Amino acid sequence: MKTYKLFIGGGFPRSESGRSYVVTSVAGTHLANAALASRKDVRDAVVAARAAVAGWSGTTAYNRGQVLYRVAEMLESRRDQFISQVRATEGGSAVAASSLVDAAIDRWVWYAGWTDKISQVYGNANPVAGPYFNLSSPEPTGIVGVIAPADSSLLGLVSVIAPAIAVGNTVIVLASDDRPLPAVTLAEVLATSDLPGGVVNVLTGHITETAPILAAHMDVNAIDLTGVADADLATSLEVAAAENLKRVIRPPADGVDWTVEPGVERMTALLETKTVWHPKGM
Amino acid sequence: MSATALADVTASNAALRQFLHGLPGVDAVGLEARAAMLATRSIKTTSKAWAIDLAIRMVDLTTLEGADTPGKVRALCAKAQRPDTRSPDCPSVAAVCVYPSMAGIAAAELRGTGIHVASVATAFPSGQVPLPVKLADTAAAVEAGADEIDMVINRGAFLSGRYAEVFDEIVAIKQACGSAHLKVILETGELGSYDNVRRASWIGMLAGGDFIKTSTGKVTPAATLPVTLLMLEAVRDLQALHGRKIGVKPAGGIRTTKDAIKYLVVVNETVGDGWLDPDWFRFGASTLLNDLLMQREKLSTGRYAGPDYVTLD
Amino acid sequence: MGFDYAPAPESRAVVDIKGSYGLFINGEFTPTIDGTTFKSINPATEEVLAEITAAGSSDVDRAVAAARTAYETTWGRMPGAVRAKYLYRIARLIAERSRELAVLESIDNGKPIRESRDVDIPLVSAHFFYYAGWADKLGYAGFGADPRPIGVAAQVIPWNFPLLMLAWKIAPALACGNTVVLKPAETTPLTALLFAEICQQADLPPGVVNIITGAGETGRMLVEHPDVDKIAFTGSTAVGRAIAKSIAGTRKRLTLELGGKAANIVFDDAPIDQAVEGIVNGIFFNQGHVCCAGSRLLVQESIAPDVLDALKRRMALLRVGDPLDKNTDVGAINSAEQLSRIRELTDAGSAEGADAWSAPCELPDQGFWFRPTIFTGVSQAHRIAREEIFGPVLSVLTFRTPAEAIEKANNTPYGLSAGIWTDKGSRILAVADKLRAGVVWANTFNKFDPTSPFGGYKESGYGREGGRHGLEAYLAH
Repeated sequence: MKTYKLFIGGGFPRSESGRSYVVTSVAGTHLANAALASRKDVRDAVVAARAAVAGWSGTTAYNRGQVLYRVAEMLESRRDQFISQVRATEGGSAVAASSLVDAAIDRWVWYAGWTDKISQVYGNANPVAGPYFNLSSPEPTGIVGVIAPADSSLLGLVSVIAPAIAVGNTVIVLASDDRPLPAVTLAEVLATSDLPGGVVNVLTGHITETAPILAAHMDVNAIDLTGVADADLATSLEVAAAENLKRVIRPPADGVDWTVEPGVERMTALLETKTVWHPKGM
Repeated sequence: MSATALADVTASNAALRQFLHGLPGVDAVGLEARAAMLATRSIKTTSKAWAIDLAIRMVDLTTLEGADTPGKVRALCAKAQRPDTRSPDCPSVAAVCVYPSMAGIAAAELRGTGIHVASVATAFPSGQVPLPVKLADTAAAVEAGADEIDMVINRGAFLSGRYAEVFDEIVAIKQACGSAHLKVILETGELGSYDNVRRASWIGMLAGGDFIKTSTGKVTPAATLPVTLLMLEAVRDLQALHGRKIGVKPAGGIRTTKDAIKYLVVVNETVGDGWLDPDWFRFGASTLLNDLLMQREKLSTGRYAGPDYVTLD
Repeated sequence: MGFDYAPAPESRAVVDIKGSYGLFINGEFTPTIDGTTFKSINPATEEVLAEITAAGSSDVDRAVAAARTAYETTWGRMPGAVRAKYLYRIARLIAERSRELAVLESIDNGKPIRESRDVDIPLVSAHFFYYAGWADKLGYAGFGADPRPIGVAAQVIPWNFPLLMLAWKIAPALACGNTVVLKPAETTPLTALLFAEICQQADLPPGVVNIITGAGETGRMLVEHPDVDKIAFTGSTAVGRAIAKSIAGTRKRLTLELGGKAANIVFDDAPIDQAVEGIVNGIFFNQGHVCCAGSRLLVQESIAPDVLDALKRRMALLRVGDPLDKNTDVGAINSAEQLSRIRELTDAGSAEGADAWSAPCELPDQGFWFRPTIFTGVSQAHRIAREEIFGPVLSVLTFRTPAEAIEKANNTPYGLSAGIWTDKGSRILAVADKLRAGVVWANTFNKFDPTSPFGGYKESGYGREGGRHGLEAYLAH
């Protein structure tokens, strides 16, 4: 039975704890084993994500878009594998699974097209009352910790990762406890793509163990709590995040229909706006 | 610039500062774009063969390691004279470059060959010693037989704005050189901006350096095309102003024939073929030579060579 | 011996030019009904490349009808995300066939292969990628929650950047849901015809893109066609003016990108070496066949002699010759007609008392060539300071103060672009504020990007291409 590893810094290390856990299908069959990430793995992932920030956020928006489009093409070529994996993981018919996989790929492409447009929609010159050039531009916040949706193992997963990295952040993704395999396959695709190592890091395991470490880590800039179903856990994570004033995306109040076009909020929540003044004078 | 004007500029730190800060600024993006455009020149067939042979003749074959021994230096000198044992028409290199303690060994080996003996000096690479030590270092190298001295400028003084001190040190070292040629290493990787590279180039040239050199090779980044382009522009401007011709040596990080040819293109289209000569342009390199030899072989036989077919130095 | 660069020719083998071409209407190549044919030649060698069709009025009718049908039945009602897929596919195909397109562009246009390879074709592909990404995001563009397309767009493009001008027209039009009929310039049809093949390769629904070749008459018939909703024209101010008059009283919408006589202003604190590069790039890039070319150098009087010495020294390094040689900097003039226009104006320059200096270079015997030339002693009253030459000819004027530079820069009916060279940031911004030009380049020149809006003030036209602003022309309101 295959044991999948973590995805950190572009490589696939085992958990430093050596632990793994059983992943089952909705029907209860043993699908595979996945690495059980520890606090040290979280720490290593943050180090990798930080090392990748300067390069990824420093790449032109055009280049980021090209990398992401190429990833979408690779996802497309693995469509059948994703379909059978989503079906085993979430149940449902083959048609439903196909539809989800196609929606996930489309979602990724949608975000790939935002890299070189978000600053045109979310940035602008400001007409200040004086002889000054004044420009507001969005910049990525840095490292984003993401707790992936518990149930939507591919479409939801893509919908929380793509917006963060499209705008230049790097991410540490805590995959769904019970439905981690599509995240692992996604990691395999990313590892062979042009995405630099460390831009996306994927940790499988129990979010009750790993999320608090991520939420408290002082070198993480933002935390997306979307996949935290337990309200008390979500609250404690938000408290921990407040220590270094991380930007927080709270879990959705109600269930999310991941097929609906998301809007720009998942990008703008992870952007800082920099406003520069410069006098205009001979 | 007349002799009196030069004297005015260097009369005080304030005057020198005013001169240096009055030089035209450098737009970094524009400079790098120009270097990148020159790097797209396609040099093939006869031009490539000519360029490879010229590049070989411009190599200052270098070993600057704590572990250098007489044996190592003798081997380097043998390679300098006969870079390609299978090709008698392969030219020899311009110079061998070593630490002062090895200069005597090199001088003995290279006597009568026409290959220069370059010694680093002035507490290379950091230069962080008092001036008397730098002067003694230089004198010892010259005494041992070096006919070229590669000194390092005082970056600490430069970055704290004591330009006159940098200038005066170079003048003193030049004196200690006697008849030996002086190459002034700017250590461009530590200077922080292209504007500073331009200023340091002018200090080195006005103080009497025969060559300005990019780097010690011990710091990254070492030589780059944009930095070398900028230094060649300074050399060009000085010649227009003064009539004096000064050489340029990029050193460190130039590993392939392709790189070397890009540098020759930059020389060609900045200062012209007057500098396409080992008397006015050198490559500070060690691994470059073997790549030049392999490319030379490829051009003449049509076959790619491998590491077994070029000698270790 | 100097460092002579041996010939470094790009191979023509990648390109397959047919003997003759029909019109691309409704997804197929089709012979003309009532048009004629003409020859396209290689301006560097004068060899005949192919026989091209000049569409007649029935052809124009067919093309517009095909575009209308495609608009109403498929493209105009297609969800943006689906349109996006076609545009991505086209962008990807352009990237894959980029070498072929670059070589073909250089052969047909005369521009150096280094330019078509490193500038034109990469920008073409990037333009399609950029607008593909807007197709399903139009509600965020600031033109309403659900902006609609206009309908059928008639697009007429010039010969100076053939495929790039095609990309600037077709990509935004299609992204917004319009269908197009495009007429490439008569001297440079070949990359447009290859683009038509790429549309077929991408399985683009028939009628969405129609390419009808021809000359001025075909263009006139196209823009005057009653069933066209929107016209986009890039070319001369004279023709732009005629089009604007012809649509008066109709509901047709129009954007124009016309001529220019841009001032490239060099202040006394400019980074001189980079400014000289910028001057050279501004007027000799693409043989000066650039609407936004920096064709007037306005140099501060105090540094003028030094700048001119440096400029001449730099110009002497320009390599003029075979466009397919990878080391060529300046290629051929696009046509005999254009060459004679350049000569007419440069003769006028000398006759009016300006001093000409040309780069010393050998010119090939065959083909259309003009040495890079500068005129000094030029004032605003000279024809060569007023009229667009559209060739590698720079008029040099001086100024004393920033205010004078601005005044001279703006003293023209044109207003497409301008350049500012200075080390002082606040001066860049103050001068940019006052220049009546749609594109201002500071310490750089001739920089283009799909995200950056391009277009002119005054008689250089109206409307913008590129960026979010570039969508506006193709959306209904």
